[in-house]
Amino acid sequence: MTTADDHITIRPPSAWQRMMANGQLRMLVIFVPPAIVVFTIFVMLPMLQAGFFAPYKWSGYGPAPWAFNEDTGRDFGTWIGAQNFDRFSGHSAFQTAFKNTILVIAVSLIIQLPIALLLALMIYNNSRINTVFRLIFFLPYIMAEVATGLIFSFVLDGNYGLSKWISDLMGMEEAFFPLAEKPWAFYSILAVIVWKYFGFHMMIYIAGLQSISREMLEAASIDGAKTVQKAVYIQIPLLWPAITISIFYSVLGGLQVFDLVMPMTAGGPSNSSHTLVSYLYNFGFIRLNVGFGSAVGVFLFAVGVIFALVYRNTVQRGQ
Amino acid sequence: MFSWKESGRIIFLLFVSSLIVVPLLATILGGFKSNGELRVSPFGLPQEWDLQFYGEILGDAQFWRYLWNSFLISIMTVVLTLVLGSMCAYAFAQVRFFGSRFLFNYLLLGLMFPFAAAIMPLFLTVRDLGILDTPWGVVLPQVGFGLAFSIMFFRTFFAQMPEELFDAARVDGCGYIQFFWRFTLPLSTPILATIATFVFVQSWNNYLLPLIMLNDREGYTWTLGAMDYRGEYAAEWNRTLAFVSATLAPAVVFFLAAQKYIVAGLTGGAVKG
Repeated sequence: MTTADDHITIRPPSAWQRMMANGQLRMLVIFVPPAIVVFTIFVMLPMLQAGFFAPYKWSGYGPAPWAFNEDTGRDFGTWIGAQNFDRFSGHSAFQTAFKNTILVIAVSLIIQLPIALLLALMIYNNSRINTVFRLIFFLPYIMAEVATGLIFSFVLDGNYGLSKWISDLMGMEEAFFPLAEKPWAFYSILAVIVWKYFGFHMMIYIAGLQSISREMLEAASIDGAKTVQKAVYIQIPLLWPAITISIFYSVLGGLQVFDLVMPMTAGGPSNSSHTLVSYLYNFGFIRLNVGFGSAVGVFLFAVGVIFALVYRNTVQRGQ
Repeated sequence: MFSWKESGRIIFLLFVSSLIVVPLLATILGGFKSNGELRVSPFGLPQEWDLQFYGEILGDAQFWRYLWNSFLISIMTVVLTLVLGSMCAYAFAQVRFFGSRFLFNYLLLGLMFPFAAAIMPLFLTVRDLGILDTPWGVVLPQVGFGLAFSIMFFRTFFAQMPEELFDAARVDGCGYIQFFWRFTLPLSTPILATIATFVFVQSWNNYLLPLIMLNDREGYTWTLGAMDYRGEYAAEWNRTLAFVSATLAPAVVFFLAAQKYIVAGLTGGAVKG
């Protein structure tokens, strides 16, 4: 490449000169900061602040809990150390919410993923009827959680929907309201979670199954392998990368269930169906306990990040 | 060709499908029934198709305001995520600059943690910026949380573009910024559509952020509106079902049409045929 500068520049261009060439520096200065700034202000800083607010009792009034309020002569918030952590970890509603969140993850992994895998194996081939089934199974995933929750509070309403139909069928005198009965309220939410998200995981598996070479499966067929054997010895092992991704989504998604809880039970009856996030919303946000809500948030953050780090470095290693 | 195995498969799949379709049909049909009929036959066809409830909802200016607010917030989120995300990812893909690895990993941290964890300080940030009760209060946090995954997808896509193209353009005096607008973006329509669809769906369905950031009913999204409506007509399920159907129908049609891109988003940004 010859340019007009060649007779001047004998040394190779310095890093700085390369950056100035073709407006590279200009591009970097214009293109990089906006995304970094938005991400920092609305994602990273709030997470960091949650850590700083957690040891305070603070209603959110004023710029920060440690700022001095001239009107009252005291700080806006009160330092209470680890008390917020003690308070929620000793709170029975929190313990239930934690158990429920673990239950969501367990049901996702033990019930939902096998269902998704089974269905994916049944319909991954591109035939017309399979495409229709795929669309139907994917439908719940693209519906809003709020809409899904409202639909199922109708279906499970003892005076109207499915539970009335079942209790009539069984000749029960009184209507059964699963969303108002203690163990059943959260079991209902679990069932709806499976209903809503199995299609998402199924789609991940279908994409994985379609990338497995046909020759291998045909060779296995010629050797006399049955459908089940092909699934167990060829398809599922080759699908492992896709399965690890869907496990990751199940856990991180399971930690954040909220939108479905609000229309169905709003955490009731007597705080038995809270998840970690709905607990945070109810006892932190609604009551404007900024310090307390931040402490719960730090807990949620720690669980999520520890899982993600451990998972990435063990199960997903080398992928 | 008839086989027991094939018909068994179809029957099983039809059974699973019915678990999905029946509640949805019951919802749509429920909006046509009187409340009394809804109690007696929640899943059957209505005896008389009563258009009153759908009519009232579709004729209500507030309903359309909900939809408009959701639409506005979603579009703003999509545009900002695409612009900021693609620009930043382009820089990462084209140039290895001082701190680029660090900055990229910094953004990827956003993929690791549950966003609800920071909801309290986020609320205060939005309040202190004076954008509570405005679309921006929902849009900007959504953009922030969407950037991590979109930058990751964009960068992978941009990095796969042939380098020769850039070299050739540079010989002709095309700079980095010009190249981005003239070549990179036009060649990236599949990934742009994928991310746009994905971000739009998430924003359209979002409930937690609007719930926290919007207090004024004028600015409510449809998810908040639906919950409000349910509270208002707690004794009349047929109205709520009509409301849910009226909001769900356009969204489902749009999402099914864009299904290809949603699935591509799930499976790592690869769009096939």
